[in-house]
Amino acid sequence: MPHKVVVPIGPYHPLQEEPEFFRLYVEGEKVVDIDIVIGYMHRGIEEISEHKHYDQIPLTVERICGICSSSHPYAYCLAVEDILGGEANVVPERAIYIRVIVDELQRIHSHLLWLGLAGHFIGYNTIWMWAWRYREPILDMFEMFTGNRNHYGMCKIGGVRRDIKDEDIPVIKKTLDELAPALGMFKGAVMDDPVIQARLKGVGILNRSESIDWCVLGPTARSAGLNIDVRRDDPYGVYDRVSWNVIIEKDGDVFAKAVVRILEMQESIGIIRQCLDKMPKGPIDANIKDIPVGEGIGHVEAPRGECFHYIRSDGTNSPVRHKIRAPSFMNVAANKVAAVGQTISDTTITLAAMDPCYCCTERLMVLEKNTDKKIMNGWDLIKASQEKTRQIQEALNGGSK
Amino acid sequence: MNIVERLKEQLLDKILKFDEKSARRIYIDLKPEDIYDAVKFIFKDLGCRFATASGVDTPAGIEMLYHFSYDETGQIISFRALITDKIKPEIKSIAPLFKGAEWIERETWELLGVNFIGHPNLKHLLLIDEWPEGSFPLRHDRKLS
Repeated sequence: MPHKVVVPIGPYHPLQEEPEFFRLYVEGEKVVDIDIVIGYMHRGIEEISEHKHYDQIPLTVERICGICSSSHPYAYCLAVEDILGGEANVVPERAIYIRVIVDELQRIHSHLLWLGLAGHFIGYNTIWMWAWRYREPILDMFEMFTGNRNHYGMCKIGGVRRDIKDEDIPVIKKTLDELAPALGMFKGAVMDDPVIQARLKGVGILNRSESIDWCVLGPTARSAGLNIDVRRDDPYGVYDRVSWNVIIEKDGDVFAKAVVRILEMQESIGIIRQCLDKMPKGPIDANIKDIPVGEGIGHVEAPRGECFHYIRSDGTNSPVRHKIRAPSFMNVAANKVAAVGQTISDTTITLAAMDPCYCCTERLMVLEKNTDKKIMNGWDLIKASQEKTRQIQEALNGGSK
Repeated sequence: MNIVERLKEQLLDKILKFDEKSARRIYIDLKPEDIYDAVKFIFKDLGCRFATASGVDTPAGIEMLYHFSYDETGQIISFRALITDKIKPEIKSIAPLFKGAEWIERETWELLGVNFIGHPNLKHLLLIDEWPEGSFPLRHDRKLS
């Protein structure tokens, strides 16, 4: 007889980018309901921001997230520049190109990070190690031209803080040339592998109408057929001046999410190459001194979806209100539908597929409801997920792999 | 007919102020009691995506902004409603219309003290459950203990 058990996942793990706590209600192997508890990392940045100088805020909001750490300052600067008359009218041309280059490099390293973790969760540790191995040169490149592997501190109101030196450009191009074939390899390794297809197709489905209802964003929405991308819909930076494609899939399962992210990385490489070629010489900062009274909205397409900032200014040194909405705020809530109705072994990858950096599984325990007796821990669950992959492998090719 | 014209036609005299700050940033002031129907129209009939809602504590009251994005043209349309009662601010919840509004209303409820009438699950999201009642972190008049 199946006993209803509660599976707590989270909330803390040093690898996690945002501590979240999922309480799964399971009957046997099947997840019947899920409670999502957040707030463990609530640092009151909206409130802190209202007490900082406009120039300090990009560095503050950069620390919201370590992975998409150029998206938040970029969205904030766009919001302030919206008050000033729009990015295109305020910011020097060269600075806009540099912003886009940083933004796209960040997308590549973020997607590679996700791909590695996803590989690990389904027992493909080779993909994990490859993905992180190819992510490393991107971070080195960031260190070379921004000074940091993460938290680049590049965006400021009216421009960027550092220029890209001429002698750095060939190094960036060479790194991209080396990365491009690796992405081709990932594409083959994931899209053509029958085991990965069997493991991920039909798992964690968030269909089109559910995606609209939950207002999900980014690759999560695009994998379900929603044709949205802020870079194209409300072009900022130079996205309307370079050629690239919005990647759309229709199935809404974990496999579609993986495909969207892999193909997006290839588009990003193309965008960066065009930017490096087209980038004009010139100043990188407009030296904005005063922010007039007004309100502005800035949004950018972060690796996980639209990152939204609202600023209201009363003409003083600090904003009256700074509203920040990160993409995961919308995406994580939708796990309520994506994860329910599946087996526990699929939950690991489903929750991870939204890319909330789901490393908290090591804190996971299955408890018997009445006795609180420990049945499984996080590692057991990863093992359960990897075991399922192994069984599919054996069924498909007789275990010859 | 473009989306702004359709909105104007639907809302008519309910619009207190129409402000087109730029081609892609439109602000429409409404009365708090008209927000629910306007949101229903823009989300269900016009197919706009709900981006988020911002609450602002102003001297005149709590201002609620509901930001919608029309992704075909990249326009962001924000409905603004001023709730003048700062002691017991209330507005009808839009969460029954679509799930995506649930969390942001919970957040605004706990940080600004706006009561969303009809919300299916109005409980703490970011703050701990034991957070003292009547203390709202984003209110400018809050007392620091």
